[in-house]
Amino acid sequence: MAKYLTQRIIYMVVTLFLIASFTFFLMKIIPGTPFSNADKLSETQLSIMIDKYGLDDPVPVQYANYMMNLLKGDLGVSFQFNNVGVTDIIIKSLGPSATLGALAILFGTFFGIILGVVAALKQNTWVDYTSTFIAVLGKSIPSFVFAGLLQYYVAVKLGWFPVAFWRGPEYMVLPTIALAMFPLATASRFVRTEMIEVMESDYITLAKAKGASWFEIAFKHALRNALIPVITVLGPLVVSLMTGSLVIEKIFGIPGIGEQFVKSIQVNDYPVIMGTTLLFAGLFVAVILIVDLLYGVIDPRIRLAGGKK
Amino acid sequence: MEKILEVKDLHISFHTFSGEVQAIRGVNFDLLKGETLAIVGESGSGKSVTTKALMRLLPESNSEIKAGEILFDGKDLAKLSDKAMQKLRGKEISMIFQDPMTSLNPTMKIGKQIIEPIVKHQKLSKSAAKKRAIEILELVGIANPEVRFEQYPHQFSGGMRQRVVIAIALACNPKVLIADEPTTALDVTIQAQILELMKDLQKKIDTSIIFITHDLGVVANVADRVAVMYGGKIVEIGTVDEIFYNPQHPYTWGLISSMPTLDSDDEELYAIPGTPPDLLHPPKGDAFAPRNAYAMKIDLEKQPPMYKVSDTHYAATWLLHPDAPKVEPPPAVKRRQREFLEMKEGN
Ligand SMILES: Nc1ncnc2c1ncn2[C@@H]1O[C@H](COP(=O)(O)OP(=O)(O)OP(=O)(O)O)[C@@H](O)[C@H]1O
Ligand SMILES: [Mg+2]
Repeated sequence: MAKYLTQRIIYMVVTLFLIASFTFFLMKIIPGTPFSNADKLSETQLSIMIDKYGLDDPVPVQYANYMMNLLKGDLGVSFQFNNVGVTDIIIKSLGPSATLGALAILFGTFFGIILGVVAALKQNTWVDYTSTFIAVLGKSIPSFVFAGLLQYYVAVKLGWFPVAFWRGPEYMVLPTIALAMFPLATASRFVRTEMIEVMESDYITLAKAKGASWFEIAFKHALRNALIPVITVLGPLVVSLMTGSLVIEKIFGIPGIGEQFVKSIQVNDYPVIMGTTLLFAGLFVAVILIVDLLYGVIDPRIRLAGGKK
Repeated sequence: MEKILEVKDLHISFHTFSGEVQAIRGVNFDLLKGETLAIVGESGSGKSVTTKALMRLLPESNSEIKAGEILFDGKDLAKLSDKAMQKLRGKEISMIFQDPMTSLNPTMKIGKQIIEPIVKHQKLSKSAAKKRAIEILELVGIANPEVRFEQYPHQFSGGMRQRVVIAIALACNPKVLIADEPTTALDVTIQAQILELMKDLQKKIDTSIIFITHDLGVVANVADRVAVMYGGKIVEIGTVDEIFYNPQHPYTWGLISSMPTLDSDDEELYAIPGTPPDLLHPPKGDAFAPRNAYAMKIDLEKQPPMYKVSDTHYAATWLLHPDAPKVEPPPAVKRRQREFLEMKEGN
């Protein structure tokens, strides 16, 4: 196991290195400089700034400098704000995004799995049709529509929760629900399909033939097997939600990383773009690793193939 | 001998998009204590449906027991509540399936899968159940049961898995064991081992077995009696000797003629011509008539009753009607009869 993990982590580092290099050169293709929007700078001021940040060095030199700093864990300084470290910017804006994303994924998958299981077991009854209806809504209606509806009815009309901002637990409820609808719908559909298939398999018939009850069959025998393929779709979903939904952050006025990222691209804030990209990439490869490990936890056949012994 | 199970006039239908499939159309048979009853017949004849009905394992969504009784221990299983049925499954009646590769839960340890029915039905503690499970594993011929107990199905070969399935089925000493083609998916040497094991265990725990198979060779090896199914009915039933050496139904003749024998390897293997009946629109007369070289006019119009051949031997064919012309069975069947008589005289 330790050997397997070390190997995987080495691959992850290589992947991140490649992504960092690729993004760096891509970024240099974007026309303009971080200061192109600052009209008030004179030609000389501009060249002083460019010189200060080493932006007139040949690209390979800039690249080497950046990578050296990166190795030291230094992501550089933002161009947008005076002398604020990229790491600080990311940490500050990642907090709300990660919290929101994690809440949405937990809430969404938990209820999605339950909805899917119930729909599968009550196939072609009103329970199933209701669950299908919820899933179709969750998948087809964009999250900002839910956000708007929730804000209007639950926050403004009923006054149960605050309309916007990010100042405490009660502020998290509505954006979480709005963001959770998609993972809820996705999980419930996948779980339903898998459950129906698993429920028809021989080992479920054998479990019935042993005298197992309805509940034991569904939750002790079927669910674990039905979850194996579901993990695959959940992985990427987790990443997209962890990094927050830009729209939801905007609607609820949440100071998250999505907003930060878009702003940095607009103003060519190279260090922040790089830092955020690396963060997203890092999260992504980490989730892939976690998904693989999770497979092993759920499916004993993979545990061995992963080289446990 | 004592009857342990009695199936009377069982009718089962499936409701499908194209209509009602009358899969079982009046099945009658008994199972005696300690005996092995083989059910043979081609694919789709209703063997699995009949036996699944005994345990009420047919899909609830589209199957229906339209009529009939399944008498077991003074109860009619066809009408038992789901709760009562759960108590009975795995305890009084157990089942072994065809494919050992798919009949164990891949994400559950073998030990846990064996313990489940023991804890459930015999109310033993976890540790007592584990002791019992290890005993059973040993009994079905699995070496290192303590180690195996902690392993997952994928760490077992096909033959080993079928032994585990047998262990699960026999964990609570059931009165009836239903084996639906338990050796079809295994290779020949393993097949023989599993059959030996089943015969051995049957003696030890004194259970009755219903053994479904395509393979008449296996029947001769394991069964006391044989029921031949065709088109959702039992068309002939009798002791092994009666079915092999004095068969009456033309379908049984066909089955026996299509059995490979030691000296038939050069010849083309005989196959019954035609296709099975359409159970969506079952024929008015004898379902086998269109494929029956000996069919008479009445075969197309009226279903034959069960004629008694001996106390243990019945067959549903108009050929047994007193007015029917005498016909000779095909040569392959007659050859067997001759061999059998010679063997008997030799003894
Ligand atoms: N779930 C179902 N829905 C509709 N029809 C079914 C269903 N299960 C079985 N049948 C029908 O019932 C009939 C009997 O099937 P059964 O499985 O008992 O055959 P079998 O004798 O066991 O065949 P095999 O030797 O292939 O296992 C077939 O015509 C089949 O199409
Ligand atoms: Mg079958």
